[in-house]
Amino acid sequence: MADDVLLRAQGVRKSFGAVEVLKGIDLEVRQGQVVSLIGASGSGKTTFLRCVNLLEEHDGGEILLDGDPVGYRVEGGRRRRLSETAISAQRARIGMVFQQFNLFPHLTAEENVMLGLTKVLNKPKAEAREIATHWLGRVGLAERRGHYPYQLSGGQQQRVAIARAVAMEPRLLLFDEVTSALDPELVSEVLGVMQGLAESGMTMLVVSHEMLFVREVSHHVVFMDQGRVAQAGTPEAVFGNPESERLRSFLGRFHGMFGMV
Amino acid sequence: MLDFSFVPGTFWFEAWQARFSLLSGIWVTMSASALTILFATILGVAVGTALAYGWWWLRLLARLYVDFMRGIPVLVLILFTYYGLALFGINVPAYWAGVIALSAFATAHIGETLRGAVESVPMGQMEAGKAIGLRFLQRLRYVILPQALRRMLPPWVNTGLEVVKGTTLLSIIGVVELLLTNQQIVARNYLIVDFYLFAGLLYLMINASIAALGARLERRFSYLRY
Repeated sequence: MADDVLLRAQGVRKSFGAVEVLKGIDLEVRQGQVVSLIGASGSGKTTFLRCVNLLEEHDGGEILLDGDPVGYRVEGGRRRRLSETAISAQRARIGMVFQQFNLFPHLTAEENVMLGLTKVLNKPKAEAREIATHWLGRVGLAERRGHYPYQLSGGQQQRVAIARAVAMEPRLLLFDEVTSALDPELVSEVLGVMQGLAESGMTMLVVSHEMLFVREVSHHVVFMDQGRVAQAGTPEAVFGNPESERLRSFLGRFHGMFGMV
Repeated sequence: MLDFSFVPGTFWFEAWQARFSLLSGIWVTMSASALTILFATILGVAVGTALAYGWWWLRLLARLYVDFMRGIPVLVLILFTYYGLALFGINVPAYWAGVIALSAFATAHIGETLRGAVESVPMGQMEAGKAIGLRFLQRLRYVILPQALRRMLPPWVNTGLEVVKGTTLLSIIGVVELLLTNQQIVARNYLIVDFYLFAGLLYLMINASIAALGARLERRFSYLRY
């Protein structure tokens, strides 16, 4: 392959009823890159992320992962929805971490990480446990592996959720405002884990309001506004040279924060 | 009942005389209840799942079934299963006709309860299951049902108690369960108060055991919190 584009979105459209939420999104994520989506709520960031993982189906345009269209195949010029098994296999290649953690409350931290390994990747239990132990250690929760989610703090739960996603060795990890539901003092422990993953070369597509993190860790920043990509580029370009009034006013809201640090 | 002398016409004497019929009556009541709860739980999970996730026609079918079963008195169901089917040349022994009718009724209740329980599991659970690549049946089995079944324990116990009490209706079609056994004893010795009180106490004991079992299960699954 001439380029190392892992995820390519072209003209992605999505409507909920009469409301068009995505009005043609073009975006590329290269192997090993961290791409961040920023923008006001309602700008379509989360919807786009959910389309990538087939939690929503896009209505138009295409999303290609490793060159394969996500969710359908083209047959004689027509789109045919993929079978459940094929869709599940695609999803297994994409990890996702949610705003609300969504850990399985009836399983321990370790079992949360093991479930996909044993049932989707068909790994033997012993190996799955080893992998779970490894990743729970990487997120700093080795001693908590026997705890149930309700026994963990929000930040710990979110770190287990990250371990659960990354243990599947996905090609791409999606982060959907993963610190928004956390108490302020717990945000940094989760961002720290994400930064570690980014440095280890994990390809990540991140929706976040943590502008310091976005500016520091991203290779590429995409500012979305009303269902469109309004500006995209390096963090220096987007933060240093906002082209539109809307981006300027959006970033302006975070100025106090930048000033503080 | 406070008379403890052991002569004909006293409760203890008559009960001892009838001990084998009483034991058999208790056995019939308990086995019919247990079988009904077992069948209704298995079928109820299927009906509830169909109600929550089925294709539209399956959902409609399950909905019609549940509303139908809930709208008809259990006694009518029992009479229909026993006498009605006989009209079509299908002869079901009274005991099994009763178990089938009670199961059909309890299935509707458990199905509706399970639907509610499944729908009360947060959306994010299904999505988290999707995100790690679990297929639909795997998400159901490993993620949704374990949580839904825990949530439906209290109403499930309730249905169990209703089923035990519902078995008394089987006496109408001649199944000699606990109530009919006592009626037959009373017909011999006219100890109406003693034996109906006795029957009531036995039902109370059976149901108290079920309730205690339910409470134990709830404690057993108490780690399932949010």
